[in-house]
Amino acid sequence: MTSDPSLWPLIGVAVIILGFILRLNPMVVVAVTAVVTAMAAGFPMQKVLATIGTGFIKTRNLPLILLLPLAVVGLLERHGLRQHAQGWISRFKSATAGRLLIVYLAARQLTAAIGLTSLGGHPQMVRPLLAPMAEGATEARMGRLPERVRHKLRAYAAATDNVGLFFGEDLFVAFGAVVLMTTFLHEAGIDVEPIHVALWGIPTGISAFVIHAWRLRRLDAALKRELDAPVPQAPGESATPLHARQTEA
Amino acid sequence: MTLSLDLLFTLAGVLLAMIALMTLLDPSHPKRWTTGMFWGLYAALFLAGHLVPPEWVGAGVLLMALMVAVKGVGAGSLKLPSAEACAASARRLGHRLFVPALAIPVLTMVGTLSAKYLVFGGLPLIDPKNATLVSLGLACIVALGLACWLTRETPVQGVREARRLVDALGWALVLPQMLGMLGLVFSDAGVGKAVAHVTTSAINMDLRFVAVTVYVVGMALFTVIMGNGFAAFPVMTGGVGVPILVGVYHGDPAVMAAIGMLSGYCGTLMTPMAANFNIVPAALLELPDKNAVIRAQVPTALTLLAVNVVLLNLLMFR
Repeated sequence: MTSDPSLWPLIGVAVIILGFILRLNPMVVVAVTAVVTAMAAGFPMQKVLATIGTGFIKTRNLPLILLLPLAVVGLLERHGLRQHAQGWISRFKSATAGRLLIVYLAARQLTAAIGLTSLGGHPQMVRPLLAPMAEGATEARMGRLPERVRHKLRAYAAATDNVGLFFGEDLFVAFGAVVLMTTFLHEAGIDVEPIHVALWGIPTGISAFVIHAWRLRRLDAALKRELDAPVPQAPGESATPLHARQTEA
Repeated sequence: MTLSLDLLFTLAGVLLAMIALMTLLDPSHPKRWTTGMFWGLYAALFLAGHLVPPEWVGAGVLLMALMVAVKGVGAGSLKLPSAEACAASARRLGHRLFVPALAIPVLTMVGTLSAKYLVFGGLPLIDPKNATLVSLGLACIVALGLACWLTRETPVQGVREARRLVDALGWALVLPQMLGMLGLVFSDAGVGKAVAHVTTSAINMDLRFVAVTVYVVGMALFTVIMGNGFAAFPVMTGGVGVPILVGVYHGDPAVMAAIGMLSGYCGTLMTPMAANFNIVPAALLELPDKNAVIRAQVPTALTLLAVNVVLLNLLMFR
């Protein structure tokens, strides 16, 4: 540590935390934070705008992965992809939402670990296929689901994709993060082999799988408890669970 | 000719421009003018953002945020056909529906892996620096062709369906890019240096266990603030990791880097700042609670963070 850096830009951190606590619109909070931070750093107005503009142009690649598959996903939904995915999974008698998601977690993590990070993702995998399958598997066992349970299953499907991706991709030697880490350490005068960084991620990767898979098993148990108990929580909407169907399982 | 990201920017810009035009021409849309302008402005930034001075882009971005602030961006009245119609179509098309859906990931993978062999006349067909994204763009075009052929629909109907989904996402579609921009503004303004200075001067790190915990938890916390482990890594590793864990306690830097970055990822699971992983899927899956995905992830993230503290203590000082 040589000279003390200016602490004024920390106002930006305070603004963004405050914005999220007050549950203001995130897009507006981020825009205001960017202006405040740049002004706190002493930039003149023109440089504030230019910094925001340059940053926005540099990150234009971020929404592509979301935007480009939308036409295909939308067309297929219009023609029943989600219904078909639900119907198909419900034919497997042993399928539960938890088991399905555990299999997906393992597949996502292993494929990401060999660099195939594009074999998944929320717009092209979770919305059209994984979430409907988790709903379909649960519905086949427990009958019509209340909206709250559907939302919970969808959130878990999205979460499982994230956990699988994050704790898989870092085990791949040529992944950007590994390159970033070794480059940074090299600049700091420490040389490490990328392969060592990738390999030392494995214990955490395995722990991530065990922890999340265990929670998905608990999800199955919680769903069973919740849908078996004849508690009329949401009047009108909560369809009665079909106990008859469960005798097969 | 090399296919690069510029092609995808143009593609995204054209798609957004068509969506903006459809919105402006839709008399049943409750907020047609402001919503149309919002997507039109976004389209313009994709098509011409690199050609105009950055101040203009900055002003455009703030104008878009203003339209969101006055609640001017909303959804149109596009609906899916009835559930029965969808189910009937599903019965007719059966497993063939999976083909275009799975074509996107599979072709992206094929494109990424074969990019380095597709060289014609000394020029690579796919820009090697962005092989995955360019392959994704090509895969989406092929899959759209497949989907149109399978469902006997036109690509224009595809754009209409894209508009339905863009409407459902709303401003959440732009949020990842806004946060990416904010990360760059933060680093230009020196926020990282300030945070590192505060943490290292406020906590006494004479105990090795405390230092390790500060590094792991700091990676997660800083990622929660910045929304990105990549932004946290240089700050925490430069501030605590290299000088203290390696310099003072002689730990293995490879273990530190690996577990440190993955601790940052635990932070990513818990923050609305990582919008593309947490907020966008909630919008995409039409969840009423925008933090539902984060809620589903927090227990995994916190348990794993505790495991990481133990792992780093055990593995780094063998």
